[in-house]
Amino acid sequence: MTTAITRIEGTALPLRGDDVDTDRIIPARFLVSVTFEGLGEHAFEDDRKAARDRGVSHPFDDPRFSGARILLVNRNFGCGSSREHAPQALWRRGFGAIAGGSFSEIFFGNSVAIGMPCVTLSGEAIAELMDLVSNAPSTRLTVDIPSRTMAAGAKTFPLSLPENAREAFLTGRWDGTSMLLERFEEVEAVASRLPYLRDF
Amino acid sequence: MGETLFQKTWDLHAVRRLPTGQTQLFVGLHLVHEVTSPQAFAMIRRRGWTVPFPSRTVATVDHIVPTRDVARPFRDPQAEEMLTELEKNCRAFGIPLHGLGSDRQGIVHVIGPELGLTQPGMTIACGDSHTSTHGAFGALAFGVGTSQVRDVLASQCLALDPLRVRRIDVEGTLSPGVYAKDVILAIIRRLGVKGGVGYAYEYGGSAVDRMTMEERLTLCNMSIEGGARAGYVNPDATTVEYLRGRLYAPRAELFARAASWWLSRASDPDAPYHDRVRFEAAKIEPAVTWGINPGQAVGVTERIPKPSDVSDNAREAVSEALAYMGFGGGEPIRGTRIDVAFIGSCTNGRLSDLREASRVAKGRRVAPGVKALVVPGSQAVRAAAEREGLDVVFREAGFEWREPGCSMCLAMNPDRLEGRQVCASSSNRNFKGRQGSPTGRTLLMSPAMVAAAAVAGEVVDVRTMLR
Ligand code: SF4
Repeated sequence: MTTAITRIEGTALPLRGDDVDTDRIIPARFLVSVTFEGLGEHAFEDDRKAARDRGVSHPFDDPRFSGARILLVNRNFGCGSSREHAPQALWRRGFGAIAGGSFSEIFFGNSVAIGMPCVTLSGEAIAELMDLVSNAPSTRLTVDIPSRTMAAGAKTFPLSLPENAREAFLTGRWDGTSMLLERFEEVEAVASRLPYLRDF
Repeated sequence: MGETLFQKTWDLHAVRRLPTGQTQLFVGLHLVHEVTSPQAFAMIRRRGWTVPFPSRTVATVDHIVPTRDVARPFRDPQAEEMLTELEKNCRAFGIPLHGLGSDRQGIVHVIGPELGLTQPGMTIACGDSHTSTHGAFGALAFGVGTSQVRDVLASQCLALDPLRVRRIDVEGTLSPGVYAKDVILAIIRRLGVKGGVGYAYEYGGSAVDRMTMEERLTLCNMSIEGGARAGYVNPDATTVEYLRGRLYAPRAELFARAASWWLSRASDPDAPYHDRVRFEAAKIEPAVTWGINPGQAVGVTERIPKPSDVSDNAREAVSEALAYMGFGGGEPIRGTRIDVAFIGSCTNGRLSDLREASRVAKGRRVAPGVKALVVPGSQAVRAAAEREGLDVVFREAGFEWREPGCSMCLAMNPDRLEGRQVCASSSNRNFKGRQGSPTGRTLLMSPAMVAAAAVAGEVVDVRTMLR
């Protein structure tokens, strides 16, 4: 059984924009590998290059945000391809949690499975947090799973996390495989009642 | 009160309610490919687990295979390593592999149906978001990530939350030159790329009832592009006839029993739906995407939207897409110059897709300066197309005829866009950089529309070429 995840604390990195898809988080050419190692350095590689070409600094290259533990995003983050390389790349870059307006379902599930909570806050709260962090990058944020809150300096914001996922983090059951293997005889019982596995 | 196919299939496969509140669901068929599986197998080894149902698992290679020179070892050492790894894993865990060199190899979502692996009433999982494709048979098919590939390998189960079911009726008759691809692009355009989050889409109505299995596969394939984790069509006589005689389909007297069970899986007439949406088939025209997600599409006779055409909260997304694509907004989509034409993918790389595209290509020439390639979805598609002489039609028209694989759908192999090239593509995603160049541009459309664009060198209305 794995360890419980209750709070994630540290500085944050604001990444603005809705509908950030997983092709942008980690371009497909970095998927040609049999391990997830080294993915962190390629997170947002093409967006970062495009920003450099325009003479601006992508937040991932902005030294003020280096070492951030919490990624702040807007809506529908992680849409598109189901590649788990996307949360892996962010996790390996050092993020322990993502806070945003909303998340794509597959990305959310993949993040739970690697122990990286994706928590949802209101659009106003996200906007306020992004502004706060942009102006004062050393601000420490805390995602607190038991109380469902995000603390930033003196302020606290409510956050939401589906009960299933919350429970999984708090009980250390986010490593889903062990849980699925707990009562294997029930799995075999279902297999033995499926018409298409028993010649109809 | 009746039940939907979703509910029947979910209940039949439910193992138990997990302590997290999710349902543990048995997976009847697990499809595996080289990209999302190696880390899962590595984890299984590390934890000392086994694969308890190896015969309910089937593997192939598609994402990284080159489509020109398939001699081993591949020129790309990482691609070679991925393939070797899959071969090793399948051997070690006793999983059947339809690998390179087999006449059954192909894109995972093409070979599942054509081998008869995909059947009504099953639950199916694959480490690929377009697994929704298999819903065409009335299966419940989920795309999953690598951790869930590991879950399924080790336990044959997934931990899932139930979905709501939205019924989408497409009524009436599609006009000539309008295809399943145009229908799904119209659906995503109206319901949005997030509209299906939390839903399974059940497609029906007279237009869907009349569709062939290959058309239904195209329709279900892009459910995920509309945010729906799964999409399906209820099994009917078309489904049963398609399966008859397929390699993994039941044989002889078993087939009749199977067929009646399959048909019993369909949603009951009084099944409850969370909501219903209706489309008029006759109003759908050939679709072309102009932006950077599959919902940003227009009919071929329409104009590209201007930021001022849309509501406040959509304006930023439209401006971003226009800037990336190099459009000003307000111009007709027709006449957009293209550099590359790609016919293939799990959306539109099947025999009927190639036939429709070849009707356009026949007796015409690819426009000067356009690189056009046809990549069959599987070895079986390739062989069938060659028996009909489609390869000759395409070659004579100046298209390249390639080996099967995912190819330029996601450009993990040598087939990719360069620089800001514009590609007319029969695939399913037009995200920034999707086709291999970080600045490359994709216009999604039906395979016949791609062939027409290849010939004209620009986006044209295929209906003018089919007369
Ligand atoms: S053809 Fe494209 S969408 Fe389909 S499985 Fe291959 S990469 Fe994925």
